[in-house]
Amino acid sequence: MQLTEKHKEYWQKNLRITGILLAMWFIVTFVEIWFARELNSINFIGPLGFYMSAQGSLIVYVLIIWFYARHMNKLDQEYGVHEGEDD
Amino acid sequence: MSQATQKQFYANLKKYYTFYTGGFITFVIIVGILEQMGVPNKILGYMFLFATILLYAGIGFMSKTAEVSEYYVAGRRVPALFNGMATGADWMSAASFIGMAGTLYLSGFDGLAFVMGWTGGYCLVALLIAPYLRKFGQFTIPDFLGTRYESNIPRLIGVLGAIICSFTYVIAQIYGVGIITSRFTGLEFGVGVFVGLAGILVCSFLGGMKAVTWTQVAQYIILIVAYMIPVVWLAAKNTGVPVPQIVAYTHGLPAVTALEKQFNDKTTPKGAAEESVRAIFRERAAAADAQLKGLEAGGAAFLAAEKQKLEAKVAELKAAAAPDVKAVEAAEKAVKDFPADPAKAKAAWTAAKNGANAKAAPVAAHAEPFSGSPEVSAKKKKNFLALVLCLMVGTASLPHILMRYYTTPSVKEARQSVFWSLFFIFLLYFTAPALGILAKREVYETVVGSSFAALPAWVSNWAAVDKTLMSIMDINKDGIVQLAEITLGGDLIVLATPEIAGLPYVISGLVAAGGLAAALSTADGLLLTIANALSHDVYYKMIDPNAPTVRRLAVSKGLLLVVAVLAAYVTSLKPGDILFLVGAAFSLAASGFFPALVCGVFWKRANTLGAILGMSFGLGVCMYYMYMTYPFFKVNAPLWWDIAPISSGLFGIPAGFIGVIIGSLISAPPSKEIQDFVDHVRYPNLEGDIDTSGH
Repeated sequence: MQLTEKHKEYWQKNLRITGILLAMWFIVTFVEIWFARELNSINFIGPLGFYMSAQGSLIVYVLIIWFYARHMNKLDQEYGVHEGEDD
Repeated sequence: MSQATQKQFYANLKKYYTFYTGGFITFVIIVGILEQMGVPNKILGYMFLFATILLYAGIGFMSKTAEVSEYYVAGRRVPALFNGMATGADWMSAASFIGMAGTLYLSGFDGLAFVMGWTGGYCLVALLIAPYLRKFGQFTIPDFLGTRYESNIPRLIGVLGAIICSFTYVIAQIYGVGIITSRFTGLEFGVGVFVGLAGILVCSFLGGMKAVTWTQVAQYIILIVAYMIPVVWLAAKNTGVPVPQIVAYTHGLPAVTALEKQFNDKTTPKGAAEESVRAIFRERAAAADAQLKGLEAGGAAFLAAEKQKLEAKVAELKAAAAPDVKAVEAAEKAVKDFPADPAKAKAAWTAAKNGANAKAAPVAAHAEPFSGSPEVSAKKKKNFLALVLCLMVGTASLPHILMRYYTTPSVKEARQSVFWSLFFIFLLYFTAPALGILAKREVYETVVGSSFAALPAWVSNWAAVDKTLMSIMDINKDGIVQLAEITLGGDLIVLATPEIAGLPYVISGLVAAGGLAAALSTADGLLLTIANALSHDVYYKMIDPNAPTVRRLAVSKGLLLVVAVLAAYVTSLKPGDILFLVGAAFSLAASGFFPALVCGVFWKRANTLGAILGMSFGLGVCMYYMYMTYPFFKVNAPLWWDIAPISSGLFGIPAGFIGVIIGSLISAPPSKEIQDFVDHVRYPNLEGDIDTSGH
């Protein structure tokens, strides 16, 4: 099985978007927790630090996964590595 | 399967489950009408219990199968949306459904580690694991490890890991089943366990993954409806807006914070009343402390002297002209409960001292992260971060969850299905913190300050039913309830919400049915994981690769039965700390599986030795740390870097990665076939692709 340049480019793009989304995941999780006390002095639907951990970060997680699925399914088409006929 | 039939299948599923939901709501309404007609609550509880278990058994019966791919992976035709619901039910256990909101009520911000950890982990599932596992497309997680690392040793370690973490987890679920059935029907705990078990078994026994999947979808619908109705009602009742996830922050939290300040400010009337109760608790703590010091100095002699004092008091009370019956009974009980030996006395008095000290302390602010002195605060922050990490990585490693992504028709649907999974889980998890706040406001505003003669109905009801969930005592004898006089068990919050919101008993029955659905669905998935690892990976792949289909399924079903009965037996012994068991399962899975799974896809150079070293280092370090530090094992070695034993994955995960890297680099790179295999899983479709799917 020989991979073409195009195939390698697909994988590079996949790695890049995975990296970017993981960085976002890291920020809304660990950076947010680290500064939770400080964030609480900002008021956004309640103290921001509490709000993020209880709800805000969760919304970002859902969006991250939604975006990844949409983005990758498009990328599959673009690089001709999608499965079967489209529905 | 052709596209057209799959589309038809999807359309039919939507139709069936719409009918099903309508039917279920009709059932609830009928039970509600029966309640109004005066049918007793106990009968209503039985109706919910047996109707839902029969329903699940019915779905299991209709999905019976004798086909290998249907039995192990539901025929790989579960559409993304439905796989999402099934994963949601598989994921949300009795602890999430009944315990979560209560944990948040009791620990405020610091409880949010579970909310974040049990949702954010799905980002790792989506980005690093699910699509690649689906492309690989066999039956179990050890399958992937065995094939990718060309050896039965990683497969076997995988089987062991899967059994250890699924078994610890399943015990917690069966325990939950027993609690719920016994509470709502009055059956004995042991009987409740076996009734629930029957429901689990009929389902997975007849139709394996296929039956479990369709039952889990049905269970998800029940559990989410049961969770939402009381909370929405409570929000609407208190604020007029039926969106608890918003009003909890706009109305609930400011009210709670304002009351916390009053309780802690001695110059306000509420603060002064609290202070008078706290003073009594400070005295009790000092008394317990004095007893502990006396015990240390005097040993057994001191203990005997103390007991004599109590006995003298009984005699004195009895000798009085008109003996106070209640006081005599209390004094006799004190003698009867007096610790038998110095070790027991030390444990009892230490617990009394800590309990009284906690009650004497000011109220912790609900929204404040890591409250306490700078050292305490830093320690809490560190442990919060470590716990979130372990729960997240553990989520992306638990075999019963990852297995679900084998069941979708394609890689594309596997990706979408992770989205639906988290979406359906999110619906419950972003409601739980809101419920915690709304319930706290109710207690702070309505219960505190009411008179003992006229307590809210739900408080006196629960205090009569179960002292561990609700106990309330007039400590300072002023006839008014103070916050420090209330002791709540976490599970109370979800169980009592329908009554707090003023809903009829039928909704309490619905909540019980929801909790039962949560526990049963998770137990189903876990038992199947254990039985499959043994029957598929050990029996079929390692012992008898030529076994005919009939025998493979027979072995799997036989094992399922054995494992289920064994789990029920262990549960009936009531092993200690359930929450620790669940947490341990996450740390173990994270340390054992995550490094080998991720490196298997993202690092072509990873090879057999790397996997073996990585998995055994990870599991080894994690288990070693738990053994050394968890009080149950009685070693009590000093903690590393103040990290609690529940987060031992913090050390296990890096150990696993280091193992994979060292092992791979000191041995030859994997063969060309394996490198091709890695490319195969990385691309959803390649020309001239190899085929790794079993059938």
